[in-house]
Amino acid sequence: MTEPEAILRMTGIRKEFPGVVALDDVDFRMFPGEVHALMGENGAGKSTLIKTLTGVHGIDAGTIELGGSAVSFAGPPEAQRAGVSTVYQEVNLCPNLSVAENIFIGREPRRFGRIHWAGMRRRAEVLLGALDLRLDVSAGLGSQSIAVQQMVAIARALDVSARVLVLDEPTSSLDAGEVEQLLKVLRSLREDGMAILFVSHFIDQVFAIADRMTVLRNGKLVGEYRTSDITPVELVTRMIGKELEVLDDLEESAHDRSDLAAAPVFLQADGLSRKGAVAPFSLEIRQGEVVGLAGLLGSGRTELARLLFGADHSDSGTLTVDGAVVPMRTPRAGMDHRIAFSPEDRKTEGLVGELTVRENIVLALQAARGWSRPLSRKRQDELAARYVAALDIRPTSPETLVRNLSGGNQQKVLLARWLITEPRLLILDEPTRGIDIGAKTEIQRLVAKLSGDGMAVLFISAELEEVLRLSHRVTVLRDRKVVAQLDNESLTADEIMSIIAEGSSA
Amino acid sequence: MSTLTRVKEYRPQQRHLPMIATLVLLVAAYGYGASQYPAFGSGQVVFNLFINYSWLLVVAIGMTFVILTGGIDLSVGSVVALSTVLSAELLTKHGWSAPAVIVLVLAVGALLGTGMGALIHYFEIQPFIATLVGLFFARGLCLTISTEAPSIDNAVFTSIAQTQIPLPGDSHVSISVVIALVVVVIAGYVLHYTRFGRTVYAVGGSEQSAVLMGLKVARTKVSVYALSGFCSALGGLLLVFYKLSGDPLSAIGTELDAIAAVVIGGTILSGGSGYVVGTVLGVLVLGMIQTLIDFDGTLSSWWTKIVIGALLFGFIVLQRLIARRAR
Repeated sequence: MTEPEAILRMTGIRKEFPGVVALDDVDFRMFPGEVHALMGENGAGKSTLIKTLTGVHGIDAGTIELGGSAVSFAGPPEAQRAGVSTVYQEVNLCPNLSVAENIFIGREPRRFGRIHWAGMRRRAEVLLGALDLRLDVSAGLGSQSIAVQQMVAIARALDVSARVLVLDEPTSSLDAGEVEQLLKVLRSLREDGMAILFVSHFIDQVFAIADRMTVLRNGKLVGEYRTSDITPVELVTRMIGKELEVLDDLEESAHDRSDLAAAPVFLQADGLSRKGAVAPFSLEIRQGEVVGLAGLLGSGRTELARLLFGADHSDSGTLTVDGAVVPMRTPRAGMDHRIAFSPEDRKTEGLVGELTVRENIVLALQAARGWSRPLSRKRQDELAARYVAALDIRPTSPETLVRNLSGGNQQKVLLARWLITEPRLLILDEPTRGIDIGAKTEIQRLVAKLSGDGMAVLFISAELEEVLRLSHRVTVLRDRKVVAQLDNESLTADEIMSIIAEGSSA
Repeated sequence: MSTLTRVKEYRPQQRHLPMIATLVLLVAAYGYGASQYPAFGSGQVVFNLFINYSWLLVVAIGMTFVILTGGIDLSVGSVVALSTVLSAELLTKHGWSAPAVIVLVLAVGALLGTGMGALIHYFEIQPFIATLVGLFFARGLCLTISTEAPSIDNAVFTSIAQTQIPLPGDSHVSISVVIALVVVVIAGYVLHYTRFGRTVYAVGGSEQSAVLMGLKVARTKVSVYALSGFCSALGGLLLVFYKLSGDPLSAIGTELDAIAAVVIGGTILSGGSGYVVGTVLGVLVLGMIQTLIDFDGTLSSWWTKIVIGALLFGFIVLQRLIARRAR
């Protein structure tokens, strides 16, 4: 089959940031009248590739050709003028202006040198009508749903005479009906010959709309596939890749559930949900049990954990701790019920880099006691010394500034902070990401030991092997829904992967 | 569409609510005054508001542009004073002609504003700090030029100051009022009908989005401060026409009056929403309160400040409530 001429061709793209190669020799092309999905986990380089295309970042090597001629855009406005329009994940429009104005601002129709408001409204109605959207275009954008705002952003992009439309996770905050509406619009744009770049974490949507996919992993090109030539399982396998683990095995006893069945349930969620974050789910965690949360990044793992801790409050459902229903509306409530949450992004949500190891360690305990009862310096020193030794934090001086520690040691400081509050449920969100293999093993051992001592643990990780090694039970999330809860007796990574890819247990 | 059908179709939108509240307040205050003091009912009381506050109105219009982008301009009072001092100094001691003085004063105001705008945009200094620098700088400049408040006897200036434009009903206004109203109309047109004006709103709504939509954010941000500087200088000239003197210690605290007028007029301090008409109403409300207290005669004029404080509080709470309901 002969292929038509590509409208966009990126060849050998390389982009380095200080200390990181974000893109390494990546090829990417787009054809008119096709939806091309760019796939990969977070950090795979999707966003960077889009940004090099739209001129947000320059490239260190490679070429970009649009319609046969080499281009290099100085920024999104220039890319837009050349026909490459981008609609971002968070809608980048002005909520205080009207719908019509958001479509046309900067290019308003004018008559006698002044803005022709009536003409602008008419044209806005026509444009939105073509997207099957009928609404009062003089209403404020801020009063519209996210889906409508998304459509308005697309309408704006189209009116700039786009040839290439880039949609960066357009569906992440839409509900099912809204997604369908959006996909319908994309299909009709495709028929009009538009080349559409579609980025989404949702495997279903990608298979529903894309004609072609390019998979990236760790900044490298894995391959380009026609949707008809690849299955969801193959896609997920290629996105995640096989990572060789050289970890020594944890004792098999970690999986032994025999004495757990009798253990009291510590926390139970019934139909808990939050719109746009997680669909209603039920979950129970027993004392001494490790529950693993598996799923792709963006599948709702962190959001689920935040609901349990009270970092976000739920729209529906109940949360029961020790058999009593509790409102969990603030992290403070979580802490009061002795739930500890170690967040995913330790730098921005967890640790205070400008404080010392000691100060970071006592932070949560101090907060739990209240500021009116300060911990004495002597007690602080004792606690810090004990946990620095117990977790083998290096350097061993508790007075080191946390920002000077390696990632693994920072993670241990974070753990120490929560451990001294003696939590009954410890939520660990990606505790081992980006840390070296040795520290990883130590943290895994620690988790096993804590659960052996009766602590309940919710363990979130993108690495399936790790989840399997530690967990008594595995809860699988997909597209912000809990799709399976499995006892971890003879589970394999492949089984979980196929659930992630297909949405049901095989 | 004829004006009539447009009026019929009009239903108050939420973003107009604060402005409508201000209008109601203004009418109520006037009604109260008229019922208490017979002299209050004459039209001249209203025209006097314009005569006495035309200079503040012009300053507040410039402030409206700045606040619409989400910024603030603390330098306006000092720039007003600088304009009065420059006018007095050049006219009386250096014998400059009136037109030359007017042009120079306006240029200095615009230039100071441009400088502050450039600091804010290109060096990413908070508007509060950058214009605080402007406040001290301009006030210092005033006192360097003159520590006295000489009166002005230039023929052009005195004739502008003393000309009364008669209105029906035995009333009159000054030339300054006409100038201020022209500024209002131009500002309203610019904000509603030009790309620059709409970009002002867009920047106030979301600066990041405005950049990504390819709008000329840099130029707009610098321009609003230049415009505010220009309006302050023009306001200073109107103050000269009103007082016929140049006082380096005049207009202290004017920036706060201007901000209060803008906010009471329904413009939201975080930017992106508000109207010039609202600012006119805001200035009139401030003036009306002062007039009421003057008519009463027994209250100290500090009561004006207390009432303004209470009003500001009320309007900020109102805006918050509206914003919350919109969400």
